[in-house]
Amino acid sequence: MIREDFKEILRLVRPGSRVLDVGCGEGVLLDLLTREKQVDGRGLEISAAGVAACMSRGLSVVQGDADQDLDHFPDRTFDYAILSQTLQATRRPRHVLDELLRIADRAVVSFPNFGHWRVRWSLLHRGRMPETEALPLPWWSTPNIHLCTLADFLALTEDLGVRIDACAAFAGNGSARQIDPTKAIENWRAESCLFMLSRNPPPVQSLARTEPPATSGDLFDG
Amino acid sequence: MAELDFAGPVLSEGGTWRFPPHQPLRLDSGAQLENLEIAYRTWGELNADGTNAVLICHALTGDQHVAGTHPVSGKPGWWTRMVGHGRPIDPAKHFIICSNVVGGCMGSTGPASINPATGKAYGLTFPVITIADMVRGQAMLVEALGVETLLAVVGGSMGGMQVQQWAADYPDKLFSAVIVASASRHSAQNIAFHEVGRQAIMADPDWKAGAYAQGKSRPEKGLAVARMAAHITYLSEPALQRKFGRELQRDGLSWGFDADFQVESYLRHQGASFVDRFDANSYLYITRAMDYFDLAAAHGGVLAQAFAGARHVRFCVLSFTSDWLYPTAENRHIVRALTAAGCRAAFVEIESDKGHDAFLLDEPVMDAALQGFLGSVERERGLSK
Repeated sequence: MIREDFKEILRLVRPGSRVLDVGCGEGVLLDLLTREKQVDGRGLEISAAGVAACMSRGLSVVQGDADQDLDHFPDRTFDYAILSQTLQATRRPRHVLDELLRIADRAVVSFPNFGHWRVRWSLLHRGRMPETEALPLPWWSTPNIHLCTLADFLALTEDLGVRIDACAAFAGNGSARQIDPTKAIENWRAESCLFMLSRNPPPVQSLARTEPPATSGDLFDG
Repeated sequence: MAELDFAGPVLSEGGTWRFPPHQPLRLDSGAQLENLEIAYRTWGELNADGTNAVLICHALTGDQHVAGTHPVSGKPGWWTRMVGHGRPIDPAKHFIICSNVVGGCMGSTGPASINPATGKAYGLTFPVITIADMVRGQAMLVEALGVETLLAVVGGSMGGMQVQQWAADYPDKLFSAVIVASASRHSAQNIAFHEVGRQAIMADPDWKAGAYAQGKSRPEKGLAVARMAAHITYLSEPALQRKFGRELQRDGLSWGFDADFQVESYLRHQGASFVDRFDANSYLYITRAMDYFDLAAAHGGVLAQAFAGARHVRFCVLSFTSDWLYPTAENRHIVRALTAAGCRAAFVEIESDKGHDAFLLDEPVMDAALQGFLGSVERERGLSK
């Protein structure tokens, strides 16, 4: 079964584009994107086991850390940089977002919403750190170190001066729902959310929707 | 071993390939080598499409006997855990080529060979060679074997340097490239250790300024010491500790300078057995080639530029956590350059306490990673589904 946020990413990514999946795990999403959207995909993954699994799927994945290794990619190497359920585990989320939009025309970012009502309920009534479907591990073993709410993320995008091209919310196992992230109710309702961001003003390339699919990296061309 | 003179495609178990007459190998130093010979071995057969050839590049003191039985030592080839039936590189599906480098001493032209101009062994009159010279020779051999593109070129340590050189100089002949525990240039520490080895050889009175071939004895003591020093760099402290600790050879100390500790006797054995199979001058020339290797310097100081023509090549880079000779940082440096060049690179650091030698030893994660990588490369090349 395909994860709901993966379905949404599959829908958003243009066929034949160049994609970097940051924190790609065992390469499930990259594999899907390669097969269904014929993307030229690369991955960055922190765990050796994850990279090994990606290698046997035939994916080009480098073992590395989003906090440090994005710096080594040249500007605008990719059409999309994907950060799926990883932002909250980075040390420098602001820097990582900035880097994603430097190396790619668009960033696709999903994360658990700490403003979801179950989280608020758990803290308010039980006084305990939440353990929900989107946040399944106890506080002492979670890799998440920079949790935020939908509203927090929105404030950061404003601060960074980036444009929101799309936003979707997920709750439970339901499919993605297009939302207006500025509505306060969504910060209660979304268990996790997904944003597609681009730099303001939009990159010139993205204006021409009919452009032929990008081939392999053309860093030295420009 | 059969000696072959040919220019066209052949399939054989190997032999010695001679450069065509009047076609010298032009060296980076400006010198030329006439009548060059390259010793090589092959396993498996080239398929009809010519898409299944795998070239394996050996490390400093390695040779062409990557699999099968070594004719001198009688031991199995140096990478039988990677090359063989059911292994990631398999003669049942690959046409496997491994050659002895120029400057070597296992059948290729090197300082111990006879200089046709003088009728005497070259010794120190042999021109200084580089990694690029080695690769230039290999490329001509590969072409002579009827191979236009290599499914993969694979190498660890100095072999990994050759793989990088292939990617820089002959990217159009490569489909994929595997670099294991290597570096794009030597650190000062790497050069320092090599210098200790070279000085040990040159300090041996039997070395005779490199002209020992005419005499009765060879600089065995110097070469053994060079090997002992180098061998320490191939291991890791935990591996040495686990293997030997401070265990003694016999009851009590000798109160002298015999090999009291097991680690001493181990190193002496490593040194002594090495002199039976390796030539001291070859050791000087090949270590020099490694020290001179600096792929970035040859490309305007930017390593990524070296790989600019290789964006279509699929790369796999592997390093080991306890390798302090070519540590992960050096391998990651290569990966970052590949990334910057827009190449398709996969990289993983393998957990191991066996030091640099891990790439030759039982490392199931390395086997699985290479099997996975080559499997996907084969699928992409249309060799399997």
